[in-house]
Amino acid sequence: MALDEGLRSELQKSGVYVTTWDQLANWGRSNSIWPLQFGLACCAIEMISTAASRFDIARFGSEIFRASPRQADLMIVAGTVTKKMAPQVVRLYNQMAEPKYVISMGACATSGGPFHKGYNVLKGIDRYIPVDVYIPGCPPTPEALLEGLVKLQERLKSHSLAGEIAAKQGEYAIPEFGKRGLEPRYNASVWQPPERYFNTPTTPDPSKMAPNNT
Amino acid sequence: MLPPIDQIKAALERQAKTVAIDGANLVVEAGDLLNVCRFLKDSPDYAMDYVSNLTAVDYPPDLPAAPTGAQTSAAQAGRIEMVYHLFSMAKKHGPIGLKVILPRTTPVVDSLTKVYRGAEFQEREVYDLFGVRFEGHPDLRRILMWDGFEGHPMRKDYVVENQDEPIAARPAA
Repeated sequence: MALDEGLRSELQKSGVYVTTWDQLANWGRSNSIWPLQFGLACCAIEMISTAASRFDIARFGSEIFRASPRQADLMIVAGTVTKKMAPQVVRLYNQMAEPKYVISMGACATSGGPFHKGYNVLKGIDRYIPVDVYIPGCPPTPEALLEGLVKLQERLKSHSLAGEIAAKQGEYAIPEFGKRGLEPRYNASVWQPPERYFNTPTTPDPSKMAPNNT
Repeated sequence: MLPPIDQIKAALERQAKTVAIDGANLVVEAGDLLNVCRFLKDSPDYAMDYVSNLTAVDYPPDLPAAPTGAQTSAAQAGRIEMVYHLFSMAKKHGPIGLKVILPRTTPVVDSLTKVYRGAEFQEREVYDLFGVRFEGHPDLRRILMWDGFEGHPMRKDYVVENQDEPIAARPAA
């Protein structure tokens, strides 16, 4: 800001408020984030209780959870993402209008959670779509979800709206159903396995397995 | 109240069925399953008109043999046991537990949908996760996994894919 803070507070005392378009736009859009109704599993119950009267997410601007992705800014992925559901999650994300954000709520959406060894569990939705805020917990308390929302608001306030509009994300590739999992296993432009995973054994080849397993 | 399990066994053996007892369950031959269920459902003493649970247990070949009387060589080679729990809504008693021992290589059994319509989805689940084929099922296809999926995840020798394996490490499948 080109304006001296002392001068600004002086002006404020006499009722003159100085700002920039960016600050005004960011204040507006960070205090009115409309989430998409997207509860998948148990974290959805905590999201519902955050939206109810005791914790009241409407105080933070998320007045209405939109049913249509076209009208929502934020997708709170609340719950375990199964491999069967993952393509639909990516499709819904593609249908949201930019600028759009994702909060990964709970352990399951972040990394598979307690079910990470399951045969149908996707180990984290960040393998296919970019996530802005991760909230740990199983489930996170409503206060934790609100803290995540506040962190997202701070992120919105710190990024210029013009910059976000210019950085068009495009559509993210939708995974397909393969023979033993999703194809591709992860979206390489969004997520890379950490270094320590490079020495893990490979998945066995189905054609070389015992006959009674197919 | 249900009669004790010995009496149920005796009643079934009077109907010319071979039945063994495994703990609290009755072990029934695969071919007798439908007749046993029809008898239990239609008989006024039992009136077992509700199948509340239908599932399977996988015993791979290297585990100890079955404790029941069915000590066939098929049991040694690994078996899949079908487990059925029957209740009676009319007389408010139950459960009667039925077990059917199937060979692990080609597990096939009659579908219970001919006697109980509620078994339809549960049999689809067992087909999906264990690979047991149900003859006479109206719509036998996968219910939890997607249709092109290969493998039966709840079998003990199923290996879950390694999702963290780098994509470039394996040639495109």
